[in-house]
Amino acid sequence: MRIFIAVAALVFAAMSITAYAGKTLDAIKKRGRVRCGVSNGLPGFSSPDSKGKWKGLDVDVCRAFAAAVFGDSKKIDVVGLSAQQRFTALQSGEVDVLTRNTTHTLSRDTALGLNFAPVNYYDGQGFLVRKALGVKNARGLNGASICVIQGTTNERNLSDYFRKHKMKYKPVVMENNNELFKAFMAGRCDVFSTDASGLAAQRSKTKKPSELVILPDIISKEPLAPAVRHGDDEWLDIVKWTVYAMIAAEEMGITSRNVKRMKKSSDPDVQRLLGVIKGNGKAIGLTETWAYNIIKQVGNYGESFERNVGKNTPLKLARGLNGLWTTGKNGLMYAPPLK
Amino acid sequence: MTGVARNRVLDWIKTNLFSSPFNIVLTFLLLFVATKLLWNFLDWAVLRAVWGGDAETCRHGAGGACWAYVRDKARYVLFGHYPYEQQWRPQLFVAIFFLLSLLTQFKRFWSKYLTAAWVVLPLGAAGLMWGGFFGLTHVEMEEWGGLPLTLALAFLGISASYPIGIVLALARRSEMPVIRALSVIYIEVIRGVPLISMLFMAAVMFPLFLPEGITISKVVRAQVAIIMFASAYMAEVVRGGLQSLAKGQYEAADAIGLSYTKKMVFVVLPQALKAVIAPTVNTFIGLFKDTSLVFIISLSDLMFTTQASLQDADWLGFTVEGYIFAAFVYFVFCYFISFSSSRLEKELKV
Repeated sequence: MRIFIAVAALVFAAMSITAYAGKTLDAIKKRGRVRCGVSNGLPGFSSPDSKGKWKGLDVDVCRAFAAAVFGDSKKIDVVGLSAQQRFTALQSGEVDVLTRNTTHTLSRDTALGLNFAPVNYYDGQGFLVRKALGVKNARGLNGASICVIQGTTNERNLSDYFRKHKMKYKPVVMENNNELFKAFMAGRCDVFSTDASGLAAQRSKTKKPSELVILPDIISKEPLAPAVRHGDDEWLDIVKWTVYAMIAAEEMGITSRNVKRMKKSSDPDVQRLLGVIKGNGKAIGLTETWAYNIIKQVGNYGESFERNVGKNTPLKLARGLNGLWTTGKNGLMYAPPLK
Repeated sequence: MTGVARNRVLDWIKTNLFSSPFNIVLTFLLLFVATKLLWNFLDWAVLRAVWGGDAETCRHGAGGACWAYVRDKARYVLFGHYPYEQQWRPQLFVAIFFLLSLLTQFKRFWSKYLTAAWVVLPLGAAGLMWGGFFGLTHVEMEEWGGLPLTLALAFLGISASYPIGIVLALARRSEMPVIRALSVIYIEVIRGVPLISMLFMAAVMFPLFLPEGITISKVVRAQVAIIMFASAYMAEVVRGGLQSLAKGQYEAADAIGLSYTKKMVFVVLPQALKAVIAPTVNTFIGLFKDTSLVFIISLSDLMFTTQASLQDADWLGFTVEGYIFAAFVYFVFCYFISFSSSRLEKELKV
């Protein structure tokens, strides 16, 4: 009987009643923390380090929300979510925002009742080949044997791409990602194909990652973006402009290191972003230092990219589509003016 | 070894291993396969293993196991996302469980104090992990993870499903048709549904039925699902015990005019439960391992932390080592449960 009472007591203790009526920001402020739903583990995007702290590109965005709202990037609750759970968790209010490598699609944006923030990572299907093969881009893959996972969109993208370019290939299909990669390493196929970030993760497991190259071509669209619930425009604004602020900061050359100095910059765009010229903060419903805090504590988009998936990490991903539009390569990162 | 004993051993070998040409071949074949397997494993796990350093050291090592990975990740796997500096609290939690289980092994410690300790100490330990008093920071239940979560889910699951199972079993053998029907429906429905689907209901569907703004912790939802599931199985185990009891026992209890409650508590249940210790423990061990299914609904139990630790970009590719470590931890606990049960059977002279 005592056990029953104990259980009942625990149930009651764990029942927390949070009142929010469309006002996500109010709920967040009352709770004192931003709750983000992330992937249970995706190298470079969200994974726990050896001390149990979540890190990654998706986690950085979450930290940026906390920096914007509270001026303290540590005030986050990270909730690991499986692919099946993620949308229910957002809709039921278990999390405030999904930063969980979720592809922005029409049906999710409309029928599922989500609103997407700007893309924080452009992923897409790519090709991994041995350097020794001497192939420079996907057009050189005519007649190649390609390892691809069975029953995925990857398999279909591949046949579409080769048909479109009137090229031939020999598919080698398996169900299991790790076995497929072993087959590739054993020489069963010339090319290994899956989403580019996945290619990088597999490559980092090998003895000599430098002997494998990811081709620059991306043959499918997987724009990964943070998402919030329909019906709370105020919170959507904050989420949206937090991502933009990180991109804009990189564009203006503001980093976590020089942000303090940049406050003295004479550039009015920089002054507006950092809150020296007031107005942005009031408009978005936060303090004037919201963007300053993001850059100071989390860094600009480029810093976050390099720290988590960039050249000096095991993943060694090139900026590619995720570079700034100003670099003249094929970067897509573009923030509207913050004024 | 004395001569007689040596003869006995030789006799045993002769009759059991080398009794016919076929058996001789079979013996050597199996011996060869077993040695080969064992040698390969030892070679991988000990001789060529890397014990320290980082992922690069392992990748350029002799190709053996990378125990450096386990060394680096063990603390995360065992204690999950609980704040790193505060992890003495879950460590104490596990230690308390361990101590209590150890004391319970010995009959001379059995007393009402030990029973009370089993109620008070786990609650106290849970309170310690919860925090929010004496300057201890409050830690949300969602951040509890690893071994303490697995232990808590299993312990609460076992200690709640046992009494519920007994009640259900008695209800199923009751002479009151409505009670009996309800019990049968509950048991059969729950047994007809996989635990995974119940966990999914608890994690994904249930929140949508709640009014907006009210959330019940996912840990609690999963715990309730596990208890509901285990109770149905426990009920059938107990029913087996009730059926094994000779009819005379019931009749004798009736004959001396005992009430239903007294008959059950003093005559029937003590004998029935004693008879089914083995299948009961079987269910407990099953339940302990079933708790690993909660990783599917992203509760950070031991299985979840094991899998998440494999996704650290700095340590990719040490899947086998990670799972061996998790298997080892599960084995230690499951073996401990079964060891305790065989001791219990001896103590109670079943």
